[in-house]
Amino acid sequence: MSRVFIALQDNENSRFIVEAISEDNPGAEVKHSPAMIRIEADNRLTVYRQTVEEKLGRDWDTQELQIDMISIGGNVDEDDDSFTLYWNS
Amino acid sequence: MSVEIKTTSIEPIRQTYGHTKRRFGDKPATRYQEASFDIQPTSNFHYRPLYDHQFELYDPNHTALKMRDWYVFSDPRQFYYGAWVASRDAMQKNTESSFGFFEKRNLGSRLSSEAKQLVTKTLLPLRHMEMGANMNNVGIAGDAYGTTISQAHMFHGMDRLATAQYVSRIGLLIDDTPGVVLAEAKQLWMEDAAWQGLRRYVEDSFVIKDWAELSVAQNLVLDGLLYPYLNDHFDAELDKLGGSDIVMLTDFMREWFKDSTRFIDALFKALAAESDANREQLNHWIKHWNERAVDALEPIIGTEAIADSQALLAKRLTKLSLSADAVSSHH
Amino acid sequence: MNAKASKRLNMKERYRIMTRDLAWESSYQRHEDIFPQESFEGIKITDWSQWEDPFRLTMDNYWKFQAEKERKLYAIFDAVSQNNGQMNISDPRYLNAVKLFITAVTPLEYNAYKGYARVGRQFGGVGARIACQMQSIDELRHTQTQIHAMSHYNKYFGGMHDFPHMFDRVWYLSVPKSFFEDASTAGPFEFLTAISFSFEYVLTNLLFLPFMSGAAYNGDMNTVTFGFSAQSDEARHMTLGLEIIKFILEQHEDNVPIVQKWLDKWLWRGYRLLSIVGMMMDYMLPNKVMSWAEAWEMYYEQAGGALFKELERYGIRPPKYAEQTVAGKDHVSHQSWFIFYQYGHATAFNTWVPNAKEMDWLSEKYPDTFDRLYRPRFELLAEKAAKGERFYNNTLPQLCQVCQVPLAITEPDDDTLLSHRDTVYEGDRYHFCSDGCSDIFQNEPEKYVQSWLPVHQILQGNCGGEDMEKVIGEYYRIEMGEDNLEFEGSSEQRRWKQWKQAV
Repeated sequence: MSRVFIALQDNENSRFIVEAISEDNPGAEVKHSPAMIRIEADNRLTVYRQTVEEKLGRDWDTQELQIDMISIGGNVDEDDDSFTLYWNS
Repeated sequence: MSVEIKTTSIEPIRQTYGHTKRRFGDKPATRYQEASFDIQPTSNFHYRPLYDHQFELYDPNHTALKMRDWYVFSDPRQFYYGAWVASRDAMQKNTESSFGFFEKRNLGSRLSSEAKQLVTKTLLPLRHMEMGANMNNVGIAGDAYGTTISQAHMFHGMDRLATAQYVSRIGLLIDDTPGVVLAEAKQLWMEDAAWQGLRRYVEDSFVIKDWAELSVAQNLVLDGLLYPYLNDHFDAELDKLGGSDIVMLTDFMREWFKDSTRFIDALFKALAAESDANREQLNHWIKHWNERAVDALEPIIGTEAIADSQALLAKRLTKLSLSADAVSSHH
Repeated sequence: MNAKASKRLNMKERYRIMTRDLAWESSYQRHEDIFPQESFEGIKITDWSQWEDPFRLTMDNYWKFQAEKERKLYAIFDAVSQNNGQMNISDPRYLNAVKLFITAVTPLEYNAYKGYARVGRQFGGVGARIACQMQSIDELRHTQTQIHAMSHYNKYFGGMHDFPHMFDRVWYLSVPKSFFEDASTAGPFEFLTAISFSFEYVLTNLLFLPFMSGAAYNGDMNTVTFGFSAQSDEARHMTLGLEIIKFILEQHEDNVPIVQKWLDKWLWRGYRLLSIVGMMMDYMLPNKVMSWAEAWEMYYEQAGGALFKELERYGIRPPKYAEQTVAGKDHVSHQSWFIFYQYGHATAFNTWVPNAKEMDWLSEKYPDTFDRLYRPRFELLAEKAAKGERFYNNTLPQLCQVCQVPLAITEPDDDTLLSHRDTVYEGDRYHFCSDGCSDIFQNEPEKYVQSWLPVHQILQGNCGGEDMEKVIGEYYRIEMGEDNLEFEGSSEQRRWKQWKQAV
């Protein structure tokens, strides 16, 4: 088992994304540091477009994640509905 | 304590970077100046490239042209990354709204089949040429000496990728089943006799080693002959065939060509003004690639359009102190 | 109907049409003439279409996202310069980290821009080409946003004014310069393994996150903002790094040993390069974020551990000498700062002995090494400085032929003994700091005999003669008494005090 992670800039947008991630990934651990929020999970972490849209109250394209995302660990799988980080091992 | 006191007592110890000051004087510099001039490494390179032993990592000898100072060229648009991206974002927003309008009003369905044919047979295969232009310009950005020349070609190369992608979207938008007309257009590019001259031209440009010659072949000559056709004859023909709605989708190409011509003209003007040797070399390349480009484009855009394009290019060349004869002697 | 039809395409299919489908199989020129750099490294690619770009970014969205990032960024730069934002910085010593950054890191971004432009033209696969092109243009962005971020600071502080000139000449900047030129002069696959994978994926978090958090802790709004903004491109670059490695390894089993050798080389090269980051974190930040040892544990040992476990399936093992980096993490920052302190007359930034509070922090973070080895040394230097005998070393050090770091680093298993290796090649003797660098030389001696070693060059008279003052002042363009020397009593300190009174 390995940890995947995503780090986001600490801003208004990210707060909603973090909320969505926490809701959809119950095991995810959220760590705050100056100007940055880091979320870790075992093996897999998924951001679902639908949940983020619910939190933001507007349409949201999974590619918009790129604006606030500052680092990642894990393989990436992205489509129209979700953005996933995972390790195979 | 007033604001005025604060600002007068905290005095800067210099106005700009040393290299910027030496070039432009001891005064605050523009963002374009600070980010573009004299920032490329120039000396004490450690290792020769494994893939190109005869050159240094940064080497002015990737072209036959000689310049005492490669930073004589300054992009009239003053594009550094941020300025370029802001300009292209504005262009993108306009284009996006045209595409959105076209899609929402379902304008594709009222397009005549003749207009659709024209788009498929003339515009859509050009997305492959644009891919070639992308490769060529990115290659020039890699080889060219000095940041002002290199970055302008890099922006130009990415613009070409965008054009290839927008043209692809036009193909998707007018299609009943997405991908069919694009496949048809690709087959023309690959096999149709009328298109083989252009495909050969593009493939031959891929093996040009001299970046300035490559910029002549692609940006000055081929684009200089093709784009006036797209922005004029092609639009008029579309209009005639009931395809005027398409014109709003290709409008960005007109705007883009106008914008990029300022860069291309300033570049060749600066290169030609340096010396007679440079000018002769450029004229030689222009003549050679013009002959080939005319042969390649004629079967696609027709004799009349070629003649009009050549007249426009000749006018541009004269303004750049290059020889207009190089483009008017053919045929 | 048309509207619906185009909506039917999902992101993957749409991206295929927007990229892969634009390319074609050439018939008027041969593939190997169009892409002449693709095969000489021995990497075997059987099918470029297997390449996957998980981000599938097209130019329209690229422009949209990047323009939004740039708007936010330049709004901050304007605000900082309009409001004397430099006066919000914690302590003027902090600025020395910024000086190190613009002279050592910004020119690397430029090299990355050019390097990715080259591979962005040279790869036969269109997906990989476009991913590299986007990275190229991003790297140009990083170069230019850094120049603009520091532009305001350059007006008020020394050491930044001639960064491109210094990068090509100053002795310690040959460490980052030779690192990147090594990658840029290699073939396209080694370049990507070196920069996209080893540097971007494995090590970049160690460069940017500590620097940016350090800036945040020390009131440097410009650096925090450009740093995080650059990092948002970095997530895309890191993914390119991981994808390219998986792609090469999946293409052919013969590629595995070649890639392994590159991974061994580039982790070691990157580790040596990052010793300047370690020193910046532990010594140059007045308000500390975390120690270098903690950063190495978090970003290399943990994150890198997961990564190399993932690559095991391809027959890849963790890089050779990785255990030495773990042993070295308690030493590297102290030894580096000691080198720079001694040669503080030839640096484009000020140096100093940490104060009592900072030494206590170092004792706490480095319980096994600091009090035993480094505190006594710094206390002695402080005593001498107090007596007006600030120590400067006027001899020239021996440099490692590969990483170009002075031979002043200890053995991995004996921290009281300096590490030194040497070898004879074609009649000449070459010196190295470690087994790692010695191995790199042995694998490609014909490359590393070309190294432009600053000390050799000075001795040979290629840097403006024998007079060190001339070398430093004229050849390096380090302004004597302004950019360099001890921080205590420096012009920077004096000016800062005056400005603080004015605010």
